[in-house]
Amino acid sequence: MPKDGGIGTSPKRREDVRFLSGTGRYTDDINLHGQAYAVFVRSDVAHGRLNGIDTEAAADMPGVIRIFTARDFEGCGGVPCGWQITSRDGNVMQEPKHPILAEGKVRHVGDPIAVVVAETLAQARDAAEAVMPDIEDLPAIVDMKAALADDAPKVHDELSSNLCYDWGFVEENREAVDRAIKEAAHVTTLELVNNRMIANPMEPRVAVGDYAAHSDESTLYTTSQNPHVIRLLMGAFVLNIPEHKLRVVAPDVGGGFGTKIFHYAEEAFCTFAAKQLRRPVKWTSTRSEAFMSDAHGRDHVTKIELALDEDNNFTALRTDTHANMGAYLSTFAPSVPTWLHGTLMAGNYKTPLVYVNVKAVFTNTVPVDAYRGAGRPEATYQLERIVDKAARELGVDPIALRRQNFITEFPYQTPVAVQYDTGDYHATMDKLLDIADHAGFEARAEESRKKGKLRGFGISHYIEACGIAPSNLVGQLGARAGLYESATVRVNATGSISVMTGSHSHGQGHETTFAQVIAEMIGIDADQVDIVHGDTARTPMGMGTYGSRSIAVGGSAMVRAAEKVINKAKKIAAHLMEASEGDIELKDGQFTVAGTDKSVAWGDVTLAAYVPHNYPLEEIEPGLEETAFYDPANFTYPSGGYGCEVEVDSETGLVEVVGFAAADDFGNVINPMIVEGQVHGGLAQGIGQALWENCAYDADGQLLSASYMDYAMPRSTDLPMFKVDHSCVTPCTHNPLGVKGCGEAGAIGSPPAVVNAVLDALNRGGIAVDHIDMPLSPARVWAAMQGAGANLGAAQPAARSEDTAGGRSVGTP
Amino acid sequence: MYDFDFERPTTIQDAVEALKAEEAIAFSGGQTLMPTMKQRLAMPSKVVSLTAIDEMKGVRLDGTSLWIGGATTHATVKRELAESYPAMSSLAGRIGDPSVRSRGTIGGSVANNDPSACYPAGTLASKGVIVTDRREIPADEFFQGMFMTALEEGEIVTAVKMQVPERAHYAKFIQPASRFPLTAVYVAKFDDGVRVAVTGASEMGVFRWTEAEEALSSGFDAGAIDGLATPDGADMISDLHGSGDYRAHLVKVMTKRAVAAA
Ligand SMILES: Cc1cc2nc3c(=O)[nH]c(=O)nc-3n(C[C@H](O)[C@H](O)[C@H](O)COP(=O)(O)OP(=O)(O)OC[C@H]3O[C@@H](n4cnc5c(N)ncnc54)[C@H](O)[C@@H]3O)c2cc1C
Repeated sequence: MPKDGGIGTSPKRREDVRFLSGTGRYTDDINLHGQAYAVFVRSDVAHGRLNGIDTEAAADMPGVIRIFTARDFEGCGGVPCGWQITSRDGNVMQEPKHPILAEGKVRHVGDPIAVVVAETLAQARDAAEAVMPDIEDLPAIVDMKAALADDAPKVHDELSSNLCYDWGFVEENREAVDRAIKEAAHVTTLELVNNRMIANPMEPRVAVGDYAAHSDESTLYTTSQNPHVIRLLMGAFVLNIPEHKLRVVAPDVGGGFGTKIFHYAEEAFCTFAAKQLRRPVKWTSTRSEAFMSDAHGRDHVTKIELALDEDNNFTALRTDTHANMGAYLSTFAPSVPTWLHGTLMAGNYKTPLVYVNVKAVFTNTVPVDAYRGAGRPEATYQLERIVDKAARELGVDPIALRRQNFITEFPYQTPVAVQYDTGDYHATMDKLLDIADHAGFEARAEESRKKGKLRGFGISHYIEACGIAPSNLVGQLGARAGLYESATVRVNATGSISVMTGSHSHGQGHETTFAQVIAEMIGIDADQVDIVHGDTARTPMGMGTYGSRSIAVGGSAMVRAAEKVINKAKKIAAHLMEASEGDIELKDGQFTVAGTDKSVAWGDVTLAAYVPHNYPLEEIEPGLEETAFYDPANFTYPSGGYGCEVEVDSETGLVEVVGFAAADDFGNVINPMIVEGQVHGGLAQGIGQALWENCAYDADGQLLSASYMDYAMPRSTDLPMFKVDHSCVTPCTHNPLGVKGCGEAGAIGSPPAVVNAVLDALNRGGIAVDHIDMPLSPARVWAAMQGAGANLGAAQPAARSEDTAGGRSVGTP
Repeated sequence: MYDFDFERPTTIQDAVEALKAEEAIAFSGGQTLMPTMKQRLAMPSKVVSLTAIDEMKGVRLDGTSLWIGGATTHATVKRELAESYPAMSSLAGRIGDPSVRSRGTIGGSVANNDPSACYPAGTLASKGVIVTDRREIPADEFFQGMFMTALEEGEIVTAVKMQVPERAHYAKFIQPASRFPLTAVYVAKFDDGVRVAVTGASEMGVFRWTEAEEALSSGFDAGAIDGLATPDGADMISDLHGSGDYRAHLVKVMTKRAVAAA
């Protein structure tokens, strides 16, 4: 094995050379000959009847090529939804049409109404301002519980109500859970908001459509995490273009975080318009547009109840969640609060009975879909908050309470369908307490006290499900897609290798890590291996990257393809060395015959494959190229313990994160440096959600946090040096690399650790506060310290409930 | 951005002339104006840059009398006053980020009078006088409410004059997204009294907290603030980042901190 290139080593990321030197090729760097520019006219009201659109003046303006409205899309489908959920009553979810351009009504601020295509961007902008939609304002609905009232204005007139679905899981457990809660020695209850997030990738979305009349082929260049999925959805459901006539390219992509998974109207528009106009059409999102058109994340309101027996064993868990879908169903939106959330509600604990109810609700807000972690952060947040609250109520140590209820035997069948294959939660907890120097906390708290600050330590222990997942299972659960992954390993004549993967890198570093795996398997230098991704014309049909699935599913497909290549190469080597195939070994790029000193180099074998002069042509074909499709047997289950240490300024409510430690079990690790980087990024986003980030609407559905003046992003100076460890390893049992995935863990495990830490600080300081909704801004922490109700300050269209959240205001601090 | 004409005069007189054109606008660091224009929220016919006017640049100190040219960048103020007026240097050094500080100017900041801007507080507390192409206006009369000043159409802030106090400090509590002040207080102690200027908090823009000034003038000690009533939250800005009551509370906390650190 090459010393600094194989599995477990940390070579620098090869892609960073181009990213850091300005030579990356992002979608916005693509400019095609004769390209025209598209500018979208968007709704500035949350809800209104679209009585007409006056395009006359705009059409006469300089450079305008054509103005498109909904009428132009009459023969096309709407933006499809890729997952169907079935309600408790057996009915399938309500699924409204999501038109490319608004038909009859506008349903959120940012809803596209018309598009101006012009010779230059400035001309398109000028003309877009002259397009005059005639909109009759309708009352907007942003609060989820209000949206479910009988007399609520309907987001979609053709639906029976604003309820998308009412999902129960596991429905058969419902009565037993109710009974267990009634009979419990103690029940802890908490109502909490998982605040709405805007992903804010550094690169905004871009789409360039192109059409080649000579071959009748359409090409879309787009900022996507999964070009094959876009090709399938857009080709088959929206534009009726067969796949062999449609190519989707997602070149360098500057961050996705989920929001670039989905198929968006702008992609379909550019592809469609390019064919109509017979010239390339480009759209580049402005940052302001991104705030109101990129799918948002999270936005759940949950009431959770945890039942314990007299010995503090968890006996049952019940949740009641309202999940905001926004105005339309984004591609995977229905799956996030259900299968990606309900199945995780056992957490690390052996709670025997769990029941999850989720009501998905339409509101006049931007569609909500997967955002780093998708469903699992929401599950983890509820669990790790309620366990902490239970510990406080019972006067027991929150760490001990967790340990007492940890699952310790694997495989473990949870009461929420999934089966964990491996894990060792005590090990990650031990590791966490060690690296966080938990033992030294009291001394540090004393130091803080001397400075007049309140110090707190908060813990969270998460489980997540990655590597989504067996296709037959997700099919049963309502997915309208398979979730395998693919790879082609193409060995060139002189021995270098191109791997075409269906996974897509938008910052993760696949070009480095995937090459490390191949280098390890064959024993050649990683620089002999190139990873090709992001182009449907160059890669086999694959499902792309999200849900920390790349190495676990995509990497496994690559390993399978490489194994086929190696098996064939061994046959060739056996022929060259006149030995029997079973005796051939491959190590360090050399084929040897066991028990002899015969050897032949990798390059000689690959050359023989393409120059088959001395070759077993009667037994095997020439060439050395194999494809594999890998469909996993199960999800993978990374887990870990996170510890956050904060100082709270009791005069201002300002929270400073002074320490953060993460002990993760990711199974085997390919490149520790990259894994550490993934955890760092996830932590920044999770801490960002807990303390700063918040997408807020006012009661009329106006987006209040519509720019960086009001949407607070985490910055490096806000964060401490992280202590990150992944030495606890329980390899995944069902994929060839024993890997679990690491992309989302940081964002999943950190928010409850931060909130728990702040509450710990306050309570240690003698200020009894049992909950504050995220983000824990100084204003909210201060308000809570003054005795304001738990939920005061959720500047969030949120479910209200009489008992705990009465004081919640919409749109005020 | 909409189309506009651009002029870059080298004297104040030429700038004043250039600004006589209809819908002409002065452009200094552009750190406020440029984003506004990019968003198409401003539609000037002509943009008159003040960045080539040497007589509007620089920092001069004569005893305790300070003169800062209107087109002097925050970075320059930070550097030039590091020794002679550290509190003002620190104010300038905490505005935005390095690129904002390398372009943004004191003239632009006071002319804009954003209710959350830093310089209006520093200027008001430092017995500031705003010098324009045609007159001198005491800071107490210049700042007239959110984004409102005494400036007339086409009038240019050519300099800001201040007095360097005996002791001073600027306590800035940032709004987490914009990093402008959520509430900030500039305290300046002169031999004839104390000035306390508050920014970020009031619906009326920057203001002097007179009760605190009186209390501190008879004893410059943070404890003097404790006895004061918290200003009325009803007059304070209430938004996503903090209620009026919270801002009113911060006025008190930040005043105490500024005094303690001065
Ligand atoms: C990211 C960011 C962070 C920031 N953070 C802070 C902060 O923490 N605190 C803070 O105080 N500010 C902050 N600012 C604002 C910054 O200080 C600006 O530089 C300042 O407010 C405006 O100065 P300018 O020279 O850029 O003016 P411009 O943007 O050029 O002009 C602003 C307005 O003033 C007028 N004007 C400009 N110069 C003159 C003059 N000499 N006479 C008359 N009228 C004039 C213009 O016509 C325009 O209307 C921030 C800005 C950014 C972009």
